Amino acid sequence: MSQPALTPGAEHLLRDLAPQVLGAVVRRYRDFAACEDAVQEALIAAAQQWPRDGLPDNPRGWLIQVASRRMVDQVRSDSARRQREHAAALDLGQVVAAASVESQADEDETLTLLFMCCHPSLTSASAVALTLRAVGGLTTAQIANAFLVPEATMAQRISRAKQTIRSSGVGFERPAARARAERLETVLRVLYLIFNEGYTASVGPSLQRVDLSSEAIRLARGVQRLSSDDTEVAGLLALMILTDARRDARSGPAGELIPLQHQDRSRWNRAAIDEGVALLSATLGRGRVGPYQLQAAVAAVHDEAARYVDTDWPQILALYTLLERMQDNPMVTLNRAIAVAMVQGPAAGVDILDALAADGRLVGSHRLDAVRGHLLEMAGDRDGAVRHYLAAANRTANTAERNYLLTQAATVREGM
Amino acid sequence: MKYMLMMNAPGGGPYQIGGWPKQDIQAHIGHMIALNKKLRAAGELVAAEGLTGPDQAKLVRAGKDGAPVTDGVFPESKEFLAGYWIVDVDSPARAYQIAAEASTAPGPGGAPLNMAIEVREVMSGIPPDML
Repeated sequence: MSQPALTPGAEHLLRDLAPQVLGAVVRRYRDFAACEDAVQEALIAAAQQWPRDGLPDNPRGWLIQVASRRMVDQVRSDSARRQREHAAALDLGQVVAAASVESQADEDETLTLLFMCCHPSLTSASAVALTLRAVGGLTTAQIANAFLVPEATMAQRISRAKQTIRSSGVGFERPAARARAERLETVLRVLYLIFNEGYTASVGPSLQRVDLSSEAIRLARGVQRLSSDDTEVAGLLALMILTDARRDARSGPAGELIPLQHQDRSRWNRAAIDEGVALLSATLGRGRVGPYQLQAAVAAVHDEAARYVDTDWPQILALYTLLERMQDNPMVTLNRAIAVAMVQGPAAGVDILDALAADGRLVGSHRLDAVRGHLLEMAGDRDGAVRHYLAAANRTANTAERNYLLTQAATVREGM
Repeated sequence: MKYMLMMNAPGGGPYQIGGWPKQDIQAHIGHMIALNKKLRAAGELVAAEGLTGPDQAKLVRAGKDGAPVTDGVFPESKEFLAGYWIVDVDSPARAYQIAAEASTAPGPGGAPLNMAIEVREVMSGIPPDML
């Protein structure tokens, strides 16, 4: 007989409590790597015991107590620290009592944890894994499963991330005000990476997999609550919500990719679109306008078009032009080329692609060929379209996209 | 026991599938998706990956200082690995059966391609009694 599972409500509570519990334990014992392991064990213990014994009266205190016991056990087994054993064991009761009370400090600590897990000294893959475990409260097995890698591989990735943090001397402390904005940017980038991983990998049966897009949105909601004065946090959250709203419509029954143009818009999530638009409207004009807000605005323009032909392309073009001024990123220029083609005709878009190809930054990228194929198809150049669709199909590392591009090439070749 | 089933495609350029009619491409992809779904449902699928086209391939060797030295593609190569499955099955016969099913993936005109699928047993770790 299989173990009873946590109810979704209890699972949610557990995951919300995870960073607070870790914050409380780190505050007491300092050693982040060991505390993080201890909290992970407490979460696993809760997942086993709560369904059987019922939810404890004070779930937060329960988790802190179990994690603290693990820490004490570890201190005890560590001969070099034998001296401290007595004190640590004595303190346990007080620590739990003091830490069980929610406080403003906990919320700040969740942010501090995020800053630590998304530290610039970590590789993106490490930061993503560590964030999902320490802040997201996921188990190593769940994270490994979400990324379709063996659990041992993911465990190793997390432990190396913690070693990096330890050796780089990053402490569990809030970054100074000046460094904060920069560090928040890294946090947002990591959250967006998590979101995109879920968004692009959502092919195939994923019922048993943690949904990374939803997880990224959940974490971003948390960050937004804690730094509501930062407009880019709200911008990223809106971007994710507005993009995720189209999720059900973007792939067919066999996992095939359905481009925006052909999506059944009745399958878009209206409630999510309303929420994203409201969030964005409340944010724009309130502070610094940044790249995430602009991308969210583009997503909103698409989401608000009843049919593809109703898309407000001049508006999208204006947004990409602004975005391009803000960041010199060839992918932004590529998107602007599409908008230009939609507003001024394909030839004008192709001119931008030529300039992009000449500057060399997108050499070898399948996206440049895919977009050129699309614009040449618009222009009626069937041979050229087929050639570039096939070149893109040959380069993409995404199966659904490759299949789509191959099909697109065949469709054009067969005369539509 | 685990087996790796390797599907080879003709070398000398991009994948040939790019030149097929639309319905043949779709039938081919549909065959592979259905096969993977079946293997997954049977609890036999360990991994299945498709690889990008052979003209993206690089051959890498360590140079004098250990730095990577890459060579481009090799048009003279007759075959390239296009993708693979790792399956966990009860017998070699079952692995061969799965390979045969992959081999019948339809090609141009819907006729089975009958591609050669290379089947190799995956080595296992140290058996418990040897530890």
